[in-house]
Amino acid sequence: MWHALTSPSARRVASAVAAIGLAASLAACGSSGPTITLYSAQHQDLNQAWIDGFTKETGIRVEMRRGGDFELANQILAEGDASPADVFITENSPALSLLSSEGALAPLDSATLSQVPARFSSGANDWVGIGARSTVVIYNPALIAADQVPNSIMDLSGPQWKDRIGVASGGADFQAIASAVYAVNGDAAAGEWLAGLKQNAKIYQNNIAIMKAVNAGEVPAGVIYHYYWYKDRAESGQDSANTELEYFDRKDAGAFVSVSGGAVLRSSENAAEAQRFVAYMSGRTGQQILSATLSLEYPVGNGVEPNPTLKPFSELDPPEIDLNTLNGPKVISEMLRVGLL
Amino acid sequence: MSRVRSRAPATRRRPYPPARLAAAAAVAALTLVPLFHVLGFVVAEGPEQAADLLLRPRVGELLRNTTGLVIAGCTACAVIGAGAAWLVERTTLPGRRVWTVLMAAPLAVPAFVNSYGWVSVTAAVEGFGGALLITTMSYFPLVFLPVAAVLRGIDPAFEDMSRALGNGPWSTFFRVVLPQLRPALLGGVLLVGLHLLAEFGALQALRFPTFTTAIYEQFESTFNGPASMMLAGVLVLGCLLLLMGELRLAGRVRVARLGSGAARTAAPHRLGSLTPLALTGMAALAVLALGVPLGSLARWLAVGSSTAFPVVALLTTTLTSIGLGVAAAVATTLLAVPVAWLSVRHPGRVSRLLERSTYFAGSLPGIVVALALVTLTVGYLPALYQTTALLVAAYAVLFMPRAMVSLRAALAQVPPELDDSARALGAGPSAVMVRVTLPLIARGLGAGTALVFLAVVTELTATLLLAPIGTATLATEFWSNSYSLAYGAAAPYALLMILISAPAAWLLTRESRSERLPA
Repeated sequence: MWHALTSPSARRVASAVAAIGLAASLAACGSSGPTITLYSAQHQDLNQAWIDGFTKETGIRVEMRRGGDFELANQILAEGDASPADVFITENSPALSLLSSEGALAPLDSATLSQVPARFSSGANDWVGIGARSTVVIYNPALIAADQVPNSIMDLSGPQWKDRIGVASGGADFQAIASAVYAVNGDAAAGEWLAGLKQNAKIYQNNIAIMKAVNAGEVPAGVIYHYYWYKDRAESGQDSANTELEYFDRKDAGAFVSVSGGAVLRSSENAAEAQRFVAYMSGRTGQQILSATLSLEYPVGNGVEPNPTLKPFSELDPPEIDLNTLNGPKVISEMLRVGLL
Repeated sequence: MSRVRSRAPATRRRPYPPARLAAAAAVAALTLVPLFHVLGFVVAEGPEQAADLLLRPRVGELLRNTTGLVIAGCTACAVIGAGAAWLVERTTLPGRRVWTVLMAAPLAVPAFVNSYGWVSVTAAVEGFGGALLITTMSYFPLVFLPVAAVLRGIDPAFEDMSRALGNGPWSTFFRVVLPQLRPALLGGVLLVGLHLLAEFGALQALRFPTFTTAIYEQFESTFNGPASMMLAGVLVLGCLLLLMGELRLAGRVRVARLGSGAARTAAPHRLGSLTPLALTGMAALAVLALGVPLGSLARWLAVGSSTAFPVVALLTTTLTSIGLGVAAAVATTLLAVPVAWLSVRHPGRVSRLLERSTYFAGSLPGIVVALALVTLTVGYLPALYQTTALLVAAYAVLFMPRAMVSLRAALAQVPPELDDSARALGAGPSAVMVRVTLPLIARGLGAGTALVFLAVVTELTATLLLAPIGTATLATEFWSNSYSLAYGAAAPYALLMILISAPAAWLLTRESRSERLPA
């Protein structure tokens, strides 16, 4: 209370707090020079590797806010022109398509776009692919024979999968996969599929939790992205030792390869530096960092090979989907309808 | 002879001092920002849209889970917390000091660290049973500490008299001891209930969806969408029910002791042959609440190639957590003083309304409070957006109930006659506050500050959204590492969170050990 502020002990506490605050703010502004703000939904180890490499090469420092794909995309929309964000990178493309459709993204330099095959980038030239991940089935061979693993992701809505399949429906990864199901199979079939999954699926927090559960024998199988499994095998295998991966049939919606992308915000006040960062991530050095680190995602840049422990990218046979047509908001409202959200 | 139960005399209904009323109203208004944000969405959507979003099977499922957990969790925490406090304070249980520390120590282990610890031992803790077990083990100290403090201060004369009048031990407990415990017990249970409504991290890891985890999932998909705000509206109703329930059960009881001299120390109940049983029970509680999460943490530190000690990052993050924790704890406690003072010293409709209104935000998930403040600042106060000041304000809004409960309990134990005497001797109102009231409730201030500090250090969702860019806390780093499968890398952050929380938890046990008023 106001009176308490006059007491000596309260003043001591207040000055201690002020000192800590001052120390923190001094620590925050070490060297001068340009700084850009990154909103990132990507994994921290990959973020850090890119930022460190970029700052070393250019002297441009990068500050970062993290969150989920749609969380950050909607935050950017809520912030409007006042958004602090200069660059936005995602785990999946639908959140970028949302910002593109709202006119929130700036066109990218053509040199940046040419570093990556056009099918991994925006049709409006305002975001570019920076990584890719394949949808897979993770299963526990002690609970389900290899030949019972579904060939099509559409099978998972059948009654035989009641309580036997794990999904992370709250996350942007699953929502991207669902948007692929809508793109490949049409609204009616996809809507029935979602409703079936609501009946069948055990809902997990994220892909990691699904992997743990399958490994522990709590649920026989789950739908995840490939790199979670490879990362755990590379680390200690403690959450994947009892599991195997299976890829869905060729061209099935479940063989969907989701593209992580990067974009420059139209509201950015550091557009030149922001363009350089996106060029760096999608360029050879950035793509080699992605390939060499433990991220174990697939690089999408021209001429960069994936980590050799992965199934070769050329052997993946995803459905032919124009990424620009994936509709994130529609999937979310459909998930609300069937009760998955 | 002292009196225990008597209605506050009617003469205490003096007019509210205007400056203090204004200060209390300003604090209450700040804490109501999130509520108005939620209500704004509900009104803007209109009844039809709102019905569409609320009357669906998913909401029924969430309602069942949330209600069940709150009822069972509050009951379990009340029984375990009060039972342990009674064993420690009023029986011949060996090792009282050790048990007091062990019973308060779970406060230093964040619920989501506890949850990860358990989940990594067995998946059997998923679902309702596990959620109940883990939240009870994390939150029962919120009941234990205030109840232990009161048990310690109770004048045994009442019990002696009850026994002399022919009541048996059980009847004495229920008719004499329990009424004196009621404010502390209910205050603790109210805090537990509010925490259960707003718990996110622990329950998300246990696959036990409640309104709060569902709101977070909505947030991840839509940021600030109407569907999540409708769910938050339901949480507000739940909070209203808890507050009214506590108000009804607590009644208006005067617990300050009158009369000269110090109360005797109560003669402890002899446990006799039940001692091994009591010791086993307490040990089991300590193992469940502390042994399992700490054991898991030790294992994470040992296993996993991602274990690394990035010393600079760990140090900066620790300092940030401590700085934010101290700043927010001091700010929150100071803001709570006018409201608590008014509600205890001037009981009446307005003061009660102001006091109760500060509890709403405590039942809302951090993410809802954060979104309300984002909306407010982006729209009207852009200079405050993504600043430390806004983050501290969010902590104050979220954790005001912790300070309020501590301060009210402390103020209620100070006989108002002391203030009156000081006034009669010529001191002005400010001098009374600074020289008489605040020193007398110093322990309550300390307890409130410590409780808020503990909460801030482990806060996750509001911090993720509101922290200035580049600011990482131990909680957010633990979360992001454990989310990315890097258990080894997450472990040092959890360990540091526990280490910096330990002094505050220790302070709380000291509060509970010497709550007796200076005579």
